[in-house]
Parts: sequence; C-alpha cells; structure tokens
Amino acid sequence: MKERLAVVGVGQTKHASQRTDVSIAGLVREAAKRALEDAGMDWSDIDAVVIGKAPDMFEGVMMPELYLAPALGAVGKPMIRVHTAGSVGGSTAIVAAHLVASGTHEKVLTVAFEKQSDSDAMWALSVPQPFSPPLLAGAGGYFAPIIRAYMRRSGAPDHIGILVAVKDRKHALKNPYAHLHIEDISFEMVRDSMMLWDPIRYLETCPSSDGAAAMVLASERVAKSTVTGRPPAWVHGMAMRSEPTMFAGRDQVNPRAGIECAKDVFGQAGITDPRREIDVAEVYVPFSWYEPMWLENLGFAAEGEGWKLTDAGATSLDGGDIPWNASGGVLSSNPIGASGMLRFLEVALQVRGQAGEHQVDSVRRALGHAYGGGSQFFSMWVLGADKPD
Amino acid sequence: MKTAMSKRAVAVVSFAQSKNVRREDHRNEVEMLLPVVSEVLGNVGLTKDEMGFVCSGSSDYLVGAPFSFVMALDAVGAWPPMRESHVEMDGAWALYEAWTLLNEGEIDTALVYSFGRSSPSDLNKVLALQLDPYYMAPLWPGPVALAALQARALVDSGKATEADFAEVAARSRVAAVDNPYAQVTGNTSPEELLAEDYVAPPLRRHALPPITDGAAAIVLAAEDRAAQLCERPAWIAGLDHRIETHALGARDLTVSPSTRKAAVGAGLLVDEALSTKAGPHIEVDVAELHAPFAHQELILKEALGLSEKTKVNPSGGALAANALMVAGLTRIGEAASRLMDGRAQTALAHATSGPCLQQNLVCALQAERPEGRGARA
Repeated sequence: MKERLAVVGVGQTKHASQRTDVSIAGLVREAAKRALEDAGMDWSDIDAVVIGKAPDMFEGVMMPELYLAPALGAVGKPMIRVHTAGSVGGSTAIVAAHLVASGTHEKVLTVAFEKQSDSDAMWALSVPQPFSPPLLAGAGGYFAPIIRAYMRRSGAPDHIGILVAVKDRKHALKNPYAHLHIEDISFEMVRDSMMLWDPIRYLETCPSSDGAAAMVLASERVAKSTVTGRPPAWVHGMAMRSEPTMFAGRDQVNPRAGIECAKDVFGQAGITDPRREIDVAEVYVPFSWYEPMWLENLGFAAEGEGWKLTDAGATSLDGGDIPWNASGGVLSSNPIGASGMLRFLEVALQVRGQAGEHQVDSVRRALGHAYGGGSQFFSMWVLGADKPD
Repeated sequence: MKTAMSKRAVAVVSFAQSKNVRREDHRNEVEMLLPVVSEVLGNVGLTKDEMGFVCSGSSDYLVGAPFSFVMALDAVGAWPPMRESHVEMDGAWALYEAWTLLNEGEIDTALVYSFGRSSPSDLNKVLALQLDPYYMAPLWPGPVALAALQARALVDSGKATEADFAEVAARSRVAAVDNPYAQVTGNTSPEELLAEDYVAPPLRRHALPPITDGAAAIVLAAEDRAAQLCERPAWIAGLDHRIETHALGARDLTVSPSTRKAAVGAGLLVDEALSTKAGPHIEVDVAELHAPFAHQELILKEALGLSEKTKVNPSGGALAANALMVAGLTRIGEAASRLMDGRAQTALAHATSGPCLQQNLVCALQAERPEGRGARA
C-alpha cells in the first residue's frame, strides 16, 4: 500500500550568522527555488508545501507559514507547519514524505529555516515559566552535564570532543554553503578556545546561523520520469520517536527513543550492521561530544566504544570507513529549524553523487538523523541510490 | 492533482473535550489535557500503548513558552517511546497528518489532541505577531480590527447586514445551551444583541468569539479496527485543506476560495465554479463551521453552497467557545459525535487558521462506511 518515493530536488542557502540581505521570505525562497531548479520543476508543479522551524520565538513571528504562503508558492495548495523542537527539520521532511507515501500527493515541496539574527535563541529558550527552574544557559548548559556523564561512563579521554570539532570544521571547508569556514582550524585552536559549559569549549559548539533548506519529494512515477539527468535519492526507510523530557530512570546519555528509532529505520531498509552497510551519515551533532554518543546510540559502535571510532579517524572524510557529517554538520552551520533538514538533504546529495568536494565515493546508502528537545525527539531516514524492493 | 480522498476507510471513533472556560487558573496544560486524553481513550477501551501514532496541535505564542508541546506530551506519557509528531497549528491539521498515516496503511489507530490557553496573554497583541513581520506586524493590527475590515467589506458588498451577524450569534448561543462544554450560551434574541455597543464597527460584542482556555482529543481508527471500537464510527469520506495569500489587500475578503477548493478536494463539491447545478451544492445533516467571527459563518456558508436544510453549528460553534488551536479539532469532534450517537448520517466539519479565514480545512464525514482502497476483501 505504501508508495515508493524519492528526493528529486535539493536546495539550500548560504548559511551565515546574519543574512541581512534577505527577509525571512527571501531566505526560504532562496532554498526553495534552488530545490525546484534542481528538480527541473516550477512552483506550479508542486502539489503541497510542508514547512518546519523551531520555536516561533526565535524570529518573533507567530506561525510564520501564514506570512510565507505566497513566497513559497503555496497559495491555493495545502500547507502544513511542523514543529518538533530541534528534530523539526527531519520531522518536516518525514511529514512531507508521508504525503507522497500515502498516495495523497505526487510532488511535495518541503522547507525548513531559521533566521536566528532576527531574534535571540538563547533568550527564547530561557523565558521564565511558573514552577519551572529557568535554564538561563541555552542548550549548552542543558547538555554539558549529560556529556560529562558520558565521559565518566565510557572512560573517553578528554581530547575526543576536540577531534570532532576539528574534523567537522575541516569537512566544512569543502562545503561552499557552510557557515563556518575556519581555514586554519587545528587541535590547538579548539583546545585553547574558551570553556563555555564545561566540558564544552567555544569551538566545540555549533554556531548561530541564518539559513534554509528545501527538498522536492516525488512519487515513483514522477521520479522515474525526471529529465534533469540527476538521479533520484530513494527513501528506504523513515522513522520518528519521542520520549518524555524527564523521569527517574531515563537514560539521557543513550536515550531509548534514539535506539528504537534507529532500529525501526534500519529495519525498514534491511540494514543489520550500519557501520558496514551505511556509506555516509549526516548526524545531528551540535556539541562535539554528541558524535561518539550517537555512534553508540545508533548502533555504529557498542556502548562505551563510540569514542574509539572517532579517535581512530573512522568518521573522517580523510580515509575513514564511515564518514560522519561530510558537510561539516551542525557544528559548522546551525539554522536550528533547518539543521535537521540539512542532515536529511546532505545524504540526498551524497546518494545522488551531487555533494561536490565533500562527496564520499560510491555511496549506495546513507543515514540522515536529527534530534531535539532534551535528546527526546528523533527523526531519521535512510536514502539509497537504488529503488527499494 | 489527486483529490484527498481516503485510500482506506478511516473514522473518528472517539472524541473528548474539556469544559471551555475564560481562564484556567489552577491547571497547567498537562493538567488540562490529562482528563481529556484519559476520556478519549477510555471511551473506546484503549490505552496509549495501543496508539499507532500520536499527533498534537498547539502554539507556543499562546503559552508564552518555547516548546510548550513538549511538556504537554506528558499528558499522554511517551514511555515506552512512541511515534509522535506536532504541528504548530490547530489540532485539525494534526488530525490531517494522522489521517495521512492511517491512509498509508502501516497503522490502524491514532490519537490526536490539541490545547490552547489564551488567558495568560493579550490576544490582540499576540495574534498581531502572525502578520508579515516587516510591513504589517509593526502596525499592530489586532485580530478584531482585521475581522472588522472583513465584516465591513461584506456589509458594503450588500451580501449581509449587521442584523445577519446578530442572527448568527443568537442562534449559536441558543444552540450552546445544550452544550455542557460551551462558554457563551443563552436565549438572547438578535434584537437584544443588536442593542450592544460596537467593539470595532460593524462588529458588536456578540459577533466576536470569546477568549477561551480548552483542550480536545480524538481517536482515529482504520477499516475493521474502527468498526470494532465503535458502534457507529464517523467515517471520513474526504479531507483537504488550502491556504490563501497573506496579503489582505490582495484578497476579496467577502469570499473564501480556499474553503471551496478544500470542499472540492474533500469530495463534497464537484468543482470550484459550482457549475453543475443551481444549488444548494452541499446538503449534509450537520455542518460544524469554525467561524470565530459571526460574519465568517456567512462567508463559509456561501463558499460551500450549503443547503438551508443543513443544521449549522449545533454545538454553538466558535462563538460559544474558541480555544485557539483547539476549536477546529473540536468542530470535527462535534460533527463526528452526531454521527457516533446516530443523530446524523452525514456531516461536514471545517477549521480555519490565520487572519480573515486565510487557511481552511474541510472534512466530510458519513455514517456509511466508504469503500477505501484497502476496504474489506
């Protein structure tokens, strides 16, 4: 009953700390137009638009899809707005994908964005609430103790986070859309950067970016008749999982929702050994230490062993057997609402052989991953170069 | 473009709502939702662990907190982890997302809920933030002012009078007397209502929705599962939604083309030109229309070509209770309830979002089980 579907168009903006050259509408339109051009389509070809972003307070516009409808060619069409915290970019793509998989539509445009320079995410995350202790320190303050728990539990040496920060920034130098291009990035530079939330240093943290991502998702019939010469990236599996923020006994270091979401998406794709069968992964790593943590959570390494893969260079574009975040990842570009979709989009580029300088050789299958909240919302998809059975 | 007809037979099998009140002083969102979620599941003897999917609708700006849906999920209890998603929209669109998944065929049940607590904020200011942030929001036009512009255009067009608005409001209040969840009820005559002062001409107090705190939930089920769970499931015959431009100056505010287009998509109308016959074009037993302002009901009725025989808003509609992000889902629940208890055989439910009916959803419901793509072999 489920219809096959594929990514046939991909577009993103140049990500930057302040895109003062465009309005919010201009920003999303830049990404959406590129996705349409890549798909060889026009606005009128699109059946429905699915848009996602993180909290509205990040820009100060309530339900901005209302204002963005004409800019995204949605007038007269169905338009849905998704919000699932930091995982939203991935969830938005999945909601759009289900519109095709269910046979409701054949060509769906999905867009995600954040224009952080219009407001202050740190403030928006710290609005005082009755009966709740204010976070006051943004996401870094929330995740630092969890990282500390991981280090203690796994016995990982202190330098692992620095390795991830250097590797992803080196990858970003090969991605023209990445926000951070730190030409002389080095172990020493990261090590000597200011400690923000111990153990997270300044350069082990994601930047604050303006940016947008867009994809055109199409039914098998449309994908097969594409005339662009660029191959479709077929969806082999997609999954979402949520769990509560806090309760006694919840493992925040290795959340069960992440484990089960990965199991679901790999099961759909027929993957039993992700390290061997996945050729490249784009995984939501906003703080460096989340690479080894997610290596374990997603089953690329046994529990307590993830940091050893990072330490051995296995996740590096430079000779690693399972490159993670070849685009530079969230550590190099973080338009929050779009960050998850960028992960989903980058693996589409990889599968289609369109990733340019950061292309991994002969990618057959790739994993896109996003998480949000207090590591409690997960969305993932597996894309493949071949049409699924 | 394909019309958004059901691929499988999917039905509303349970609906629950909180009492709609002006101010929930002593309960937070989780506490508002918990009894509603318990009731909606209890009605059909299910637990949250039996839900194939959970989807909610709400808005952070009403609560004044980012991620307000995150804590609200505690009303369901997402442990063990569940398939779950959220739209920053009225719960009617969360129902649409769940319906899509049920159509796809991997799940047979879904829980949809929404909550809206307007009392902590000043809605005239908050809803102004829905507008174009560069050209409109800095002028702070509130929702009442914008609705009044629409009502003025309707009066000027000769399609309706202020007395018509009072008729709508009076009928809604009378209908709401029998609705234990309603907020604004009473046997008031249109003449009495017309004696009120203007809030924003040509709108008087009665033509405005109340400010409401509330929550609602629905259980959807597919095919035989629906028939097992509910004696008379409210089958979804069609469901579609459409959006219009945000630029109010570029719209004819006296009509609702997106509602009409959604009704075509939901299979209720043959085409947007209403060209097949003189009308009425839609004749259902019950229509629950999400018209927060009295004049909007008149616009919607015209857009749908609704028969005079159709009973409109027997619950009292949004003029009787208008919990933002909830009232649309409640329309579907109220319409479905009348099928589930046998009072009606066919129904239409409508939800709206944005200023002056910018975005509209139409849901066709019927007592007779439709032949879905995966219908009984």
